[in-house]
This record gives sequence, structure tokens and C-alpha cells, in this order.
Amino acid sequence: MPTPRPVLQVQHLIKQFGDFTAVNDISFDLRPGEILGLLGPNGAGKTTTIQMLLGVVKPTSGSIQMFGRDLETDREAILRQVNFSSTYVSLPQALTVEENLWVMARLYGLPQIQLRIDAIVKQLEMEEFRHKVTRKLSSGQSARLGLAKAFLTEPKILFLDEPTASLDPDIAQKIRSFLKEERRVSGLSVLYSSHNMHEMEEMTDRIIFLQRGKIVAEGTAQEIVARFGQADLEEVFVKLAREE
Amino acid sequence: MMEIFYWPFLDLVIWGFITVYLMKFQGQIPGAVTFFLGALILWDVLFRAQQGVTISFLEELWARNLMNLFASPLKPSEFLAATMVMSAFKVAAVSVVMVVCAGLFYSYNIFVIGLWLIPFVLNLVMTGWIIGVLTTALIMRFGQEAEVLAWSMVFLFQPISCVFYPIEVLPGWLQAIAWMNPATHVFEGMRAVLNATVSPVAHLAWATALNVVCLSLVVALFHWMFEFCRERGLLVRIGE
Ligand SMILES: Nc1ncnc2c1ncn2[C@@H]1O[C@H](COP(=O)(O)OP(=O)(O)OP(=O)(O)O)[C@@H](O)[C@H]1O
Ligand SMILES: [Mg+2]
Repeated sequence: MPTPRPVLQVQHLIKQFGDFTAVNDISFDLRPGEILGLLGPNGAGKTTTIQMLLGVVKPTSGSIQMFGRDLETDREAILRQVNFSSTYVSLPQALTVEENLWVMARLYGLPQIQLRIDAIVKQLEMEEFRHKVTRKLSSGQSARLGLAKAFLTEPKILFLDEPTASLDPDIAQKIRSFLKEERRVSGLSVLYSSHNMHEMEEMTDRIIFLQRGKIVAEGTAQEIVARFGQADLEEVFVKLAREE
Repeated sequence: MMEIFYWPFLDLVIWGFITVYLMKFQGQIPGAVTFFLGALILWDVLFRAQQGVTISFLEELWARNLMNLFASPLKPSEFLAATMVMSAFKVAAVSVVMVVCAGLFYSYNIFVIGLWLIPFVLNLVMTGWIIGVLTTALIMRFGQEAEVLAWSMVFLFQPISCVFYPIEVLPGWLQAIAWMNPATHVFEGMRAVLNATVSPVAHLAWATALNVVCLSLVVALFHWMFEFCRERGLLVRIGE
């Protein structure tokens, strides 16, 4: 079977802040329906990479293509088909959960907004706080709102920066199965950063290990574990992170 | 530190020129009450228009919502347009309240100025947007330290807007600067209407032309700052 055309192609991506290099010449692909893990110690450049893929940080050099188009030139068309969720971002606190979802749906020009909101609220089990003001949500609830916002627009690519960091194990588990289900039925592609190694092993088809802005390992979780001769991904992480 | 001197300095300048004006034209200021109340209401139109733009941006910043907006299909120009629409609503609401209050408390009717009021007020709103976009661009670039500009920047323009006194009160060099400010033409134009001596058409034309030019310039500046912030990674940092 021929490998399908990637939905995302990153080539020789570099980001320098002054003379500090946060992302140092990375290249990778994301295939349709694939969940790609982005792994690496604090400051490795994961968030910076995701921010470049979302067009909010401008690469120093290199190219980013999604759906065969260039992000610099086709920004709006591309961004309409992707979404993201990050623990560092929140939604206006004075609006209710449902109002926030409405605003975001309008921003992305979604049709049949109410139907879509009802569906996502149900899927992420948010019924009990859908009419709550965002300010009054617990951190786990607002993380779920962030995810709902990301799934709401039916993106073809999803960028998740530590999406389950503040969720309780039960909800985190539900989110993971929801993510897998979405991928199965709609062919959603996901770029996923997390510090939870078990989650990485469970969720991802492939992993990219970033360190000081460079890709130091790439492959399935098993492949990486085997290559470094360690017991599991956590061991590999610790080994790699401590290497100078 | 800046702030300690900023407000007293501006107060001194404004009240200084008002005093000069009152001394020069003792007793012969046309409808003094009308004049000052009207000027105050109209200045507030400009101020609220500016606030409408800048505060809309600040609210998104404080809500840590900027990344949601700028990583969406929304264009920076559409974002600005939205803040201007918000600003127009706020101005409309505040104006109604001010006009009603002035009428109730002081039996003051701002519509003595007549239909001329409409184009002049629209120009004031536009000038407010210009200062609003300018402060927004600066806050985006310089972050938290620059937030105070949202409230203070506009008053830097007040002395050279000739709100409470005619432009002749200013020293020559400052007059030259003031004439480049669209708001000066608006207030001079209104005075022309009230005095019914000269036609306000030239002032209106100048105000409109300057507004269009300046608004294009600050929108271009905003886009330039936006790119600059994208490069430095500041869009996702401010508010953190
Ligand atoms: N706007 C910026 N200006 C200067 N340096 C920056 C900027 N953004 C990120 N950096 C630096 O780039 C490096 C990579 O940061 P990044 O946030 O991408 O790491 P990360 O892999 O997401 O780490 P974490 O696991 O802690 O979230 C860090 O050293 C950080 O200090
Ligand atoms: Mg990060």
C-alpha cells in the first residue's frame, strides 16, 4: 500500500530568538489519521514548534506545508482546518461555556452551530457545566472546555500541547478514547505533546523526541525503547534528557 | 515614575491654555457654558472611541484569549475592524447618556450645533480609533508596562486638539503641530459653526482627509508590529 500524502510537512524548520536557537533544523511529516507524539524535556522546543505550526510564531527559516499549501501564504485557509488546545491559553472568563463555544464556532465560520455544540458537549460530558461562567470552572473543567473548543470546529489536524495535564485519570482516559475514536471515524491527524510517558506509549503511532531544539530520536514507542536498550519510554526519556 | 509627572504636566498645559484663553477673551466667549459642556461631551466621544478599541484588545489579552484569536482564520485586520465596531457601540451608548444628562442637569442641548454635529462626531470617532489602534500596537509590542497607555495616551493629544480653547491660544510652533491633528480641525470647525462667521467646510474636509491618512498609517503600523511580535514570539507571551 502506498503511503498516503502527509497532511503536514515540516522542512528544515529553525527558530531563533536573538542568538538562542529554540528549534534547530527539524523536519517531519504527519500522515492522515496519524497521532504523532512530541516528546522532550522542558525547554526542548515543543511549544515553540506548535506555535509556529499555528502561525503565531514566525519561523526563522524552513517551510511548513499543510494540505499541500504553504502556511505563510495560505494562512487563513489552513487555519480554518486546524485547531489546538493548550494549557497556556484560556477563553474569556466572563462568558459561559456555551457562549465561548459559540464565539469560537462563529470565528471559524461553522454551519449549524447549535447542533455541533450539543454534540461536543455530550461527547466530552460537559452537560453539567455548559451554562456555567468560565471563571467558575475547575482547572479540569476548563481543560475540557479547551478541548471542546479544539474539537468543535471539526479540524483535520489537531495540535495538543499537554492536553491532559490537569485532568483526573478518569476524564483523561475518556479524552484519550474520544481522540482515538475521532481519529478512527474522521481520519483526524494529531500532533500531541505530553510529559506522560504511559499516555505517549498508549496513544501515539509515532514519536519524535526533541532535545535542545533537535530531533534526537524518531519512531514508534517500541522502536525507540528497543533502540536505546531501555525497559520503557520513561527510561529512554531520562537517559536522553540527562545526556549532555 | 513617568506617571508622577505625566498627569500634573498635562493638567498644567491644558489649564494653562484655558486660562490664557479666558484672559484674552474676557467676557466675550460665545455662550461660555454651551461651549465648555459641548467640548467636554465631544472630547469624551473621542476618548471612548479610543478606549473601545484598546480595551477590547486588553480584555482578550487579560483573558489569555489572544492565541485563540490569532491562531484562528481571523485576520489581524478583521480583528481591528471588530474592535472598531465595538468602539462605535460603546460611543453610541455613552453619548446618549451624556447628552441626556447634560439636558437634564444643565438644560443643555448639544444639538444647537445642528446637523453639522453628525459629520464632525463621525470624524472624532475616527480620530479615537486612530489613537486606539496606535496604543494597541504599542501594548502588543511592549506588553504589560505599556498597558497604562490605554488610559493615558489619548491625553497627550488633548492639548493639541484644541478642545477647550481655539488654536490661536497656542504658541506658533505648537499650532503647526496641532493643525496636523484631525481633532483640531473638528473642534475648530465646531467653533466656526457656533460663531457662524466662517464656513466649517474646510475644517471638515481637512479633518476627514487627515483621519483617512492617519488611520491607514496606524493600521499599517499595527500590521507591522503584528509581524514583529510573531517574529519575536511576543504574541503568545504577552499577558503571561
Ligand atoms: N518568545 C520567546 N523569546 C525567547 N525565548 C523563547 C521564547 N519562547 C520560547 N523561548 C525559549 O525557547 C526554548 C523552548 O521553549 P518551549 O516553550 O518551546 O519548550 P517546551 O519544549 O514546550 O518546554 P516545556 O516542556 O517546558 O513546555 C526555551 O528555552 C524558551 O525559554
Ligand atoms: Mg511547552
